Formats: sequence, structure tokens, C-alpha cells
Amino acid sequence: MSKTILEIEGLRKTYGSLEVLKGIDCAVHEGEVIAIIGSSGSGKTTLLRCINMLEDFEGGTIRLDGEEIGYHAEGSMRRRKSEKDIARQRALTGMAFQQFNLFPHMTAEANVMLGLLKVKRLPKDEARAIALKWLDRVGLGDRAGHFPGQLSGGQQQRVAIARAIAMNPRLMLFDEVTSALDPELVGEVLQVIKGLAADGMTMLLVTHEMRFAYEVASRVIFMNQGVIGEDGNPREMFVAPKTERLADFLKTSSFN
Amino acid sequence: MTPSFLDQLWLARNVILSGLGLTVSISLLAILAGSVLGVLVGLSLTYGNRLIRPIFRVYTDIIRGTPVLVLVLASYYVSSAVGVNLDPFSAGVLALAVFCSSHVGEIVRGGLQAIPKGQTEAAKAIGLTFGQTFAYVLWPQALRQFLPAWVNTAAEMVKASTLLSVIGVAELLLRTQEIISRNFMSLQFYFFAGALYFVVNYGIERFGKYVERKTAVPS
Repeated sequence: MSKTILEIEGLRKTYGSLEVLKGIDCAVHEGEVIAIIGSSGSGKTTLLRCINMLEDFEGGTIRLDGEEIGYHAEGSMRRRKSEKDIARQRALTGMAFQQFNLFPHMTAEANVMLGLLKVKRLPKDEARAIALKWLDRVGLGDRAGHFPGQLSGGQQQRVAIARAIAMNPRLMLFDEVTSALDPELVGEVLQVIKGLAADGMTMLLVTHEMRFAYEVASRVIFMNQGVIGEDGNPREMFVAPKTERLADFLKTSSFN
Repeated sequence: MTPSFLDQLWLARNVILSGLGLTVSISLLAILAGSVLGVLVGLSLTYGNRLIRPIFRVYTDIIRGTPVLVLVLASYYVSSAVGVNLDPFSAGVLALAVFCSSHVGEIVRGGLQAIPKGQTEAAKAIGLTFGQTFAYVLWPQALRQFLPAWVNTAAEMVKASTLLSVIGVAELLLRTQEIISRNFMSLQFYFFAGALYFVVNYGIERFGKYVERKTAVPS
């Protein structure tokens, strides 16, 4: 097995009295494309958001390349890292959101350049070159000067993916990136993700696209009520689910 | 033969111009100081901790609930009563700036809170610190959002500057009243003063529209 990038141990997360993640253990290896599936409320999105500290979590550890994310031990106390440290760690993972979240007052190019300029502190022409390269890669080289409001949903999502990937992250997180798209625009976004997978990018995808998960993922994690219900390769899991929960879930989700 | 309005206007030209100049100065100073202060108020209302936020909440609620005239009088008479001797001009500008700051504070808070949470999350996700997120993502969007309301407040400040006449600041309204007390042409000169106020506020509004157009995001 190739090198371990991400190690999650005993991850617990609560909202008030509601325990959303009840102890997640999982390791992600370099080049793996992992689809995270499960019904809504199972904790898949929360898991993703904990990995780049968009959510604080109460228990367990997450390590990226051996470095603990978000917290450190101070004697027997567990302390949140400084905002500056957390910002640096967040730049190591890229994230694409269901709602794209492009910055509406910036062109596509400026959206991609922002992190390169302000976080990586690259000179402007270098940042522009990288931005254009990635916009080209997602098929939007000719839309660099457009504002998000002038782009379709699928185009916006592709810019958002370019923005994340241009930072050269160790790991890409995709949070239901096609759920807000019109059906005819889903394909172009999935095509981009497929391309990244072929490049060997390590990815975690929360998705409802079972067909896509089946085709692209090298591994599938089935989340169920805050724990990992099943974890294995897509062929085994989709064809012969071991647990009744997964079998039920697959029956109710459309496989198109 | 009674003197014509134009003759009287010509005679009073310097008095009117000095009044107009003072009105514009008062308004500009109040808007400027009020906006700077107001941005601080707005930031405290939006991002302040559990101690800061209620303090500024009470500040804006009290100021916004008080008539400007009362603020002007309080600023002048209370300050002298406690031994800080402000001249009428300073006291008046202070009162207007404080009034302006409470309104701008609310406008800034509203503008910032209207930005979807996803914007902050996306900025965080690419590794921006809070300061960077604010400077490059939140503030530019909030600015566009609250520009119209801010222009409105600026125009309100010009109108409110007339209240400084009651503490003896020789701005346009007080000057106009002086002139009328000499020539008794109240109708003409009040109308004329009104027209001047309109011109100033119309200018502010046009300028606001211009900036709005310039900063509009294409879609």
C-alpha cells in the first residue's frame, strides 16, 4: 500500500447534545479516490468539514502527513491551534462546496489567484500563469475574465475546483459538488473530477452520484449514524453489501 | 420702489456663500468622522465578543432613538457643564458625527451579515486568515451592498446640519434667517436656501449613483 496521507482516529463531533460523529477511524493513502456515501444526517459532510477545520471537533485526532490538524496537546490538555496555524493547515487541503462559493466580485481568474497571491505569496504573473493553467484544465481558459454571475452553475463549480486545486493541496475534499446543479450540467463537473483522479490526486468525495462513485472511486466509505458502516472497494460494496444498512441504502438511492 | 429679490440676493451673496461653505464643512466633517467611527461600531456589532457587542448595541440603540436636536443641544450644553469647553461648531460636528456613526454602524453590520456564510468558508478553505478574508472577500462585498444606504445617510447629515443653527453656528439656515430679518423677504430667501440644500444633496446622490455604477459587478 502506498504512503498514508491522512489518519483519522476516534473522531467525535457533537452539536449540542446531538452526537454527529461517534468515533471515526480511517486512513487515507496517497492516490486514493474515496467516495463517502450514506443517507443525509449520517455525518458525511461533517466528516469532510472537520478535516479542514471548518468544524471544530471534540474528540479524536486527524493527522495530515503526520501533522495533527487543528489541535495540539498541552500537558494533558487539548488546545486549539492558533488561527494562523489553522489557516496554514487549511491551505494543505483543497475543498469544493455544494454551493460553489465563488467570490462574486472577482473574475474567475482573480478567484483562482487570490490564494496564490495572499497565502502562497507568489508574484502576480506567476499566480496568473497557474490560474490560467488550471482554468484551462477545467475547460474554462476562455472564461478567465468572466465574473461568477456571468457563468453557468457547472462553469462556476469548475472554477471553484480550479481555485482549490491551484493551491496544490495534498488532498482534495468534494462536498456534494453536483447536488446544486441542473442535471445537464452534472457531467461536465464529474468529467473534471475524473481527470483529477486520473492524475493521481488524493480525493475524498461526499456524493449522491452512486454511478459515479462506482466508476471513479477506488474505495467507498458508507457512513451510517455517525460511524463508518462499511469500507471497501466499490465493486464488492455495491454488488454484495455486507450489512443490511448498506443494502437498504443502496436500494433506496437511484443508481443512474 | 421696493428692492427686488435679485438685488437683495446680490447684496447678501457673501453671507450666503459663507453659510453654504459652513454647511458643507460641517456635513463633510460629520460624515467623515461619523463614517470612520461608524465602521468601528459596525465591526464591533458584527465581530465583537460578548463584552464589546452589548456595549455598542446599547450605544447605537440610544443614539438612534434620540432626536438629533437633543444630541446637538446636549453636546453643546452638557460639554460646557462638565468643563469641556467646546465651541458651537465643534460641539455641533461632534453631535452629528455621533449620530452618523450609529447609523453607519448599523449599515455596516447589516452589509456584513448579509454575506452568505459560504464566502467565509471558501476563503478559509484556501488558507486565508480572518484579516485577509475580511479585506479581500467580505469588505469589498459589504461595501457595494451598503453604498446606497450610506449615501442616504450622508444626505441626512446635510439636512441635520441645519439644527446647528439653534446653538448659534452661522451655517446656511442661520445666515438665511439673518438676511430675512433685514429685508423681510422670507418666502424668497427660504426657497432659495431650500434650493441650495437640494443642489448639495442632489450632488451627493448623483455621486453615489456614479460610484455604484463604477463598482457594479457584471452579471
